[in-house]
Amino acid sequence: MSGLAMPKPDAETMRRRDEIVAGLRAIVPGEGVVDAVNEMRAFESDGLTAYRQLPLVVVLPETVGQVSRILKFCNERNIRVVPRGSGTSLSGGALPLEDAVLLVMSRFNRILGIDYPNRVVVAQPGVTNLGISTAVEQEGFYYAPDPSSQIACSIGGNVAENSGGVHCLKYGLTANNVLGIEMVLMDGEVVRLGGRHLDSEGYDLLGVMTGSEGLLGVVTEVTVRILKKPETARALLIGFPSSEQGGQCVADIIGAGIIPGGMEMMDRPAIHAAEDFVHAGYPLECEALLIVELDGPGVEVDHLIGLVEQIAHKNGSTTCQISTSEAERLNFWAGRKAAFPAVGRISPDYYCMDGTIPRKQLPRVLAGMREMSEKYGLRVANVFHAGDGNLHPLILYDANVPGELDKAESFGADILRLCVEVGGVLTGEHGVGVEKRDLMPEMFNEIDLDQQMRVKCAFDPNHLLNPGKVFPQLRRCAELGRMHISGGKLPFPNIPRF
Amino acid sequence: MTTFMPFSQTDVLDAVKWALSEDAPLEIFGHGSRRGIGRPMQCEHALDLSGLSGVTLYEPEELVLSAKAGTPLIDIERLLAKHRQELAFEPMNCTRLFGGTPTQTDKTGTIGGALATNLSGPRRLRAGAVRDHVLGVNAVSGRGELFKSGGRVVKNVTGYDLSKLMAGSWGTLAVVTDITVKVLPAAETQTTLVIRGLTDELATAAMALALGSSAEVSAAAHLPYGVTQRVASDMRGDDAATLLRVEGFGPSVAYRVDTLKRLLENAGPLSEVGAQFSKPLWRDIRDCVPFADGTERPVWRVSMAPSEAHKMVLALRMETGADAYYDWQGGLVWLRMEAEPEAETLRRLIADFGGGHATLMRASPAWRAAVPVFEPQPAPLAALAARLKAEFDPKGILSPGRMVSGAPSAKVAATEEERSES
Repeated sequence: MSGLAMPKPDAETMRRRDEIVAGLRAIVPGEGVVDAVNEMRAFESDGLTAYRQLPLVVVLPETVGQVSRILKFCNERNIRVVPRGSGTSLSGGALPLEDAVLLVMSRFNRILGIDYPNRVVVAQPGVTNLGISTAVEQEGFYYAPDPSSQIACSIGGNVAENSGGVHCLKYGLTANNVLGIEMVLMDGEVVRLGGRHLDSEGYDLLGVMTGSEGLLGVVTEVTVRILKKPETARALLIGFPSSEQGGQCVADIIGAGIIPGGMEMMDRPAIHAAEDFVHAGYPLECEALLIVELDGPGVEVDHLIGLVEQIAHKNGSTTCQISTSEAERLNFWAGRKAAFPAVGRISPDYYCMDGTIPRKQLPRVLAGMREMSEKYGLRVANVFHAGDGNLHPLILYDANVPGELDKAESFGADILRLCVEVGGVLTGEHGVGVEKRDLMPEMFNEIDLDQQMRVKCAFDPNHLLNPGKVFPQLRRCAELGRMHISGGKLPFPNIPRF
Repeated sequence: MTTFMPFSQTDVLDAVKWALSEDAPLEIFGHGSRRGIGRPMQCEHALDLSGLSGVTLYEPEELVLSAKAGTPLIDIERLLAKHRQELAFEPMNCTRLFGGTPTQTDKTGTIGGALATNLSGPRRLRAGAVRDHVLGVNAVSGRGELFKSGGRVVKNVTGYDLSKLMAGSWGTLAVVTDITVKVLPAAETQTTLVIRGLTDELATAAMALALGSSAEVSAAAHLPYGVTQRVASDMRGDDAATLLRVEGFGPSVAYRVDTLKRLLENAGPLSEVGAQFSKPLWRDIRDCVPFADGTERPVWRVSMAPSEAHKMVLALRMETGADAYYDWQGGLVWLRMEAEPEAETLRRLIADFGGGHATLMRASPAWRAAVPVFEPQPAPLAALAARLKAEFDPKGILSPGRMVSGAPSAKVAATEEERSES
């Protein structure tokens, strides 16, 4: 672990471990409590494998009542809790803490209801993202957000991270597709937000919960919107001699009023790595490769394919293939979908970043990355969700070379700083977790962060849920609550009044 | 009585700090077009944001627009229309419900008001609400702190989404000064397919069938017998009208309308409303024009599961007199009561039919003071909301009492004092 400061383990909790394990066993009988070191190994890290830590104990509840009692038990004893879904987070959101109970939700794996007239599915949080689509597939429906880990990641984890995917340009992120949740607060209270109806009767707590990275509550049930599958989908595979031209093509497509179902770009190193791996027939001589997928009724898709082809040509595309069959469309995607493992083949290790930028800044950011690549002496391959400006630079390094992980992390941090500098953000869909925690001040000043932490204080005033994540510095809620009004009066303001 | 008229973020900050130092609550509003909604407030002072106006950033090819909170929606919509774009959530214009004329263009609502009230129109069903399109805000909390949240890009999970928290908070958490929203291409054309003469139940089934098809219906409403003639359109007769809007590129719209016609050929007599009449028709549905009768008779906006709402309405009519029409595939019910709001009866029935929430959109101030305007929340949730309010506005100076009775409790305020003294 490279210099990541986590909250200091609480000695009292560590000392009382046996008692805590016994207390949890009284709540979750049988194999639901795991305390043997060799069995806990499976939980010591999530998708951000550079960081590992054994938890105090692992508990796998099966009912909402158990979750409620576990949290109440921990809250009363001042024990920290780290919630975990499938453990696919790329930002260390589910990284255990030495003195914290790891609350694993994987046994909540049932679909509770499918309601076609209202187009919703009610699922337990441990159901996989893909599991929801699979459950409604026979009726021609699907769940739109499709993070690349969809085969493994859980819907509860999607809520925690506000997961995206290649379709979110047109169909939105998790936040736009979740209608309701049931959750347990740190004090054990069970609350429901939303449901099969739209919008909130009060504050949009569902909006705040989505993407809160397990710091506000533990989700125990999720209601999502499902959509009818589009009649057809076709894709274009377009090569450009420069990333500028590729970027301009993306801008022009959107400027023409077209919102593709997916729009992905890859740079030269990523194209080559992918092609070497899956032999999808990608053109190797181009600097930028664009995959544009259009979905909807056949007549609309055909119409738009023609428009996109013209726009690509106008922007100097050197190749433009249009899928004529489902097999061909999937083949276009094969390289993109395998881009991460493909890059994994050409380097012992890679580090995946996740900044978002205003699209027009793409050439500037790519140029910046090239300079950084030289400075750090590390290669970088780029894949991005071009439609929404979400970059996934993959920094290639070798963890066995002393100092290379540190270098890769510094390189990554520099990329994210550049993203913020050009008007973008630190993370588009992977979350802050521990990975980008210490970069938060690049984007937010202390007052901004204080407001976010006040939300935390309303939900979990003792900072017991997933501490050490998201916020670079933990401040006591009492301290945040102070109002600074010297002498009860402030200078009389000079503003227009009537 | 002081009304602050800020022209900059700093002015807003100063006004809030003044209110803090004087312990003087402020009513926050823009054009005031939605001031008739919510509990009546007892604020001596007001913060009028209508001077905080202007679009500060618009990049059509990036699908992003930023504006100061007091910017008229009408200006934003005109600007977007020039670039064939729109606010996909179709913000409600509340002026007609409160006695405004169809041609009124002055003070018809601001972008800040749209965010604060989160009142979205027919396309909410497909495209999401205001809260789904806000990307970032700058705001001044009730602590007199200017903060930002979010940004200008669509994909952003950096920290808590406080921008969404501002949506539907009715000015009670912070004074939003600047808003960045996602904008989208406007459809090239639209057609509304009409089925006449359906009961509420059959209409609900027809709408569910249409929304469950691949025809990408962008709005679905049902106007029962007697309501049909109260919206602008070329439809004749009083018979119920079930309306399905299809938007997009010309050839696609024609194709999808045909798909729907085949799907619904046995549902009832079908006709089409072309783009020219379709637009004002959906505008009137959005703005609750059928109940814009110049009275103060109570009007409710109810959100439920689409399949259940008509059952609730039927049960309600067994107990009291109410006029109703439906949007959002049947899930949004607009109700005009004969006499009293009947809040308890209505809310009991909503709970009986699967839950949801009711907001009293129009009623005399006396009624709005007497019954909960917003759906009361279960105790743990209400407590959580109160804690959130206390975190952002510990002294209760921002539109106190607009959503729930009472400012943050005296107890909370006292605790704050203790904290600051300790």
